[in-house]
Amino acid sequence: MTTLRIRNAIKQYPNGAQAVKGVSVDVEDGELVVFVGPSGCGKSTLLRMVAGLEEVTDGEIELNGRVVNNLEPADRNIAMVFQNYALYPHMSVRKNLAYGLKNRGTPSDEIDRKVEEAGALLQISEFLDRKPSQLSGGQRQRVAMGRAIVRNPAIFLFDEPLSNLDAKLRNQMRLEIKKLQRRLDTAAIYVTHDQVEAMTLADRIVVLNNGMVEQIGTPTEVYSRPATTFVASFIGAPPMNLIPGELSKGQLHIGAHSMPMNSAHAGPVTFGFRPERAHMNGAASGLAVEIGVIEELGAHRLIHGRVGDHEVTVAQDAELPPPDGRMMLAFNEQDTHLFDPDTGARV
Amino acid sequence: MEKAQFTSPWLPYLLLAPQMIIIAIFFLWPAAEAIRASFFLEDPFFGTATFVGLQNYSDAFAASDYQRTAWFTFVFVVLVSLISLGIGMMLAVSADRVLRGKGSYKTLLMWVYAIAPPVAGLIGVMLFDQHIGPLVEFVAYFGWDLQVGVDYWDTGFAMIVVATWKQVPYCFIFFLSGLQSIPTSVKEASAIDCRSETRRFWTITFPLLAPTTFFLLILNITYAMFETFGMIDQIVKDQPGNSPVTLVYKVFRDGFRGNDIGGSSAQSVILMILVLALTVAQFRLIERRIHYT
Repeated sequence: MTTLRIRNAIKQYPNGAQAVKGVSVDVEDGELVVFVGPSGCGKSTLLRMVAGLEEVTDGEIELNGRVVNNLEPADRNIAMVFQNYALYPHMSVRKNLAYGLKNRGTPSDEIDRKVEEAGALLQISEFLDRKPSQLSGGQRQRVAMGRAIVRNPAIFLFDEPLSNLDAKLRNQMRLEIKKLQRRLDTAAIYVTHDQVEAMTLADRIVVLNNGMVEQIGTPTEVYSRPATTFVASFIGAPPMNLIPGELSKGQLHIGAHSMPMNSAHAGPVTFGFRPERAHMNGAASGLAVEIGVIEELGAHRLIHGRVGDHEVTVAQDAELPPPDGRMMLAFNEQDTHLFDPDTGARV
Repeated sequence: MEKAQFTSPWLPYLLLAPQMIIIAIFFLWPAAEAIRASFFLEDPFFGTATFVGLQNYSDAFAASDYQRTAWFTFVFVVLVSLISLGIGMMLAVSADRVLRGKGSYKTLLMWVYAIAPPVAGLIGVMLFDQHIGPLVEFVAYFGWDLQVGVDYWDTGFAMIVVATWKQVPYCFIFFLSGLQSIPTSVKEASAIDCRSETRRFWTITFPLLAPTTFFLLILNITYAMFETFGMIDQIVKDQPGNSPVTLVYKVFRDGFRGNDIGGSSAQSVILMILVLALTVAQFRLIERRIHYT
């Protein structure tokens, strides 16, 4: 079953600017969908439209088969976790968790039970009687999640919940969020600008750019078959190398070099390859690269170089001997990507 | 916080000196003088002063006039403080909701604050004038024969209205900035947790405004007790005899109109102690229950 259907959602501000330009996304039961994109791409706005914090200019938001466009946030059966936690500073953790239940007329013994349960699940039982100001960032984030969990909503909405945490805690909490979401088996939307978070958390990723969907797919799909040059350069670190070239008669020409390419397409193209999917060797054929700076990262190394006038980055296992001077790049067929240079779409 | 070390040991005292000198000249010295004078019966024409012990104090407490003034001051301070708090908060909450023309609302509401107290008093006198006062005419529709300057509580009513009117913008400004300092995400989280806007106000907004409310309460009490002097002077100028005045005004009237320096000093010492006690009580009792973020 589908928990949430967003159909052609549009958000237009009174000054005519469009933040979301007709987005359609479905979230299936128990699925964790990540909205990812650079800042200003409309991902948060879209999430807030689902929450009811932003009015929907056009299109439909359907939750559990019911159009919720005109419902108050409190009536939508959603729970949201905010970037800055948004805890009620004057209430104890216990009251923070209970607030939403109390306002919905839940009997107090049931509230107590749910709060204790959530406290145990999130390991915040010992802090239940503290005020948010007495907690660390990670603990506050747990309380914010607890507040969402006790409500038992149809869908969780996470708005960059880990951005305010330090890198170590972020990795730990990321894993916990994933485990928690699996365990509760509740659909969730997770908004982030961090592609690592998107890749690791998502069942499916929605890559947004400029208020429009660039690609919807599983992390593997988005990584291995990016639909556009935008997705190609946004997902993956370091990003995919993109070099302009010319395709004719099954041969890709880049500068003075050429290599066979199994494609019927002809004309100018953008050639893309992932830094970690290129083989560097001293053979005579392939794409010639002038080696520049080399960064040793322990397990592997990043080699920065030039193909013609274009900067490229290649990742290599650190056990291989470091390259020097001029090398050749070879690729497996499935690791090469061709894009239309005008539209950026995959060809 | 970084700790800065002064190179010269005298520099910090020098930097504090202007403030200290002002406090010494305008508070400590007069206060000491008042305490001294309160134990003497002074000749109004710069003659001798006779030590009378606590006579001035017992006279003050015994006088029915003093008790009446104290009672009026109490009613006046409570009503002015609470009503201006209430109206100020109501206006701020409404202005906070306005999306367009917020600036104009704010400016219009704040204008009143720029009026000097005696001018406010003058405007009040005009509004409550027996012959041309629009407010007198207005309440007459409801069968109230409002007689400022004749009827004790009618005059008191006029004072309370003018004093409140003057203080509302002050409360408004602080409440508005207090409201704007509540994080948007907290308001949004509460919109998801609670359907009723009224309930949200009392459970989230109001408690988060508590520090502002507490601050304003202290300021309002101080304002109502002391700063309303000019306004009261304007309203009761013609007939201070039977009109209600606050304790501060009575200190002035007895001292400078009645030439009873000793009695007036005793009254001002009583006021000083009262304010001290009030402030301590406020901080002890109320502040404990307030959450500061």
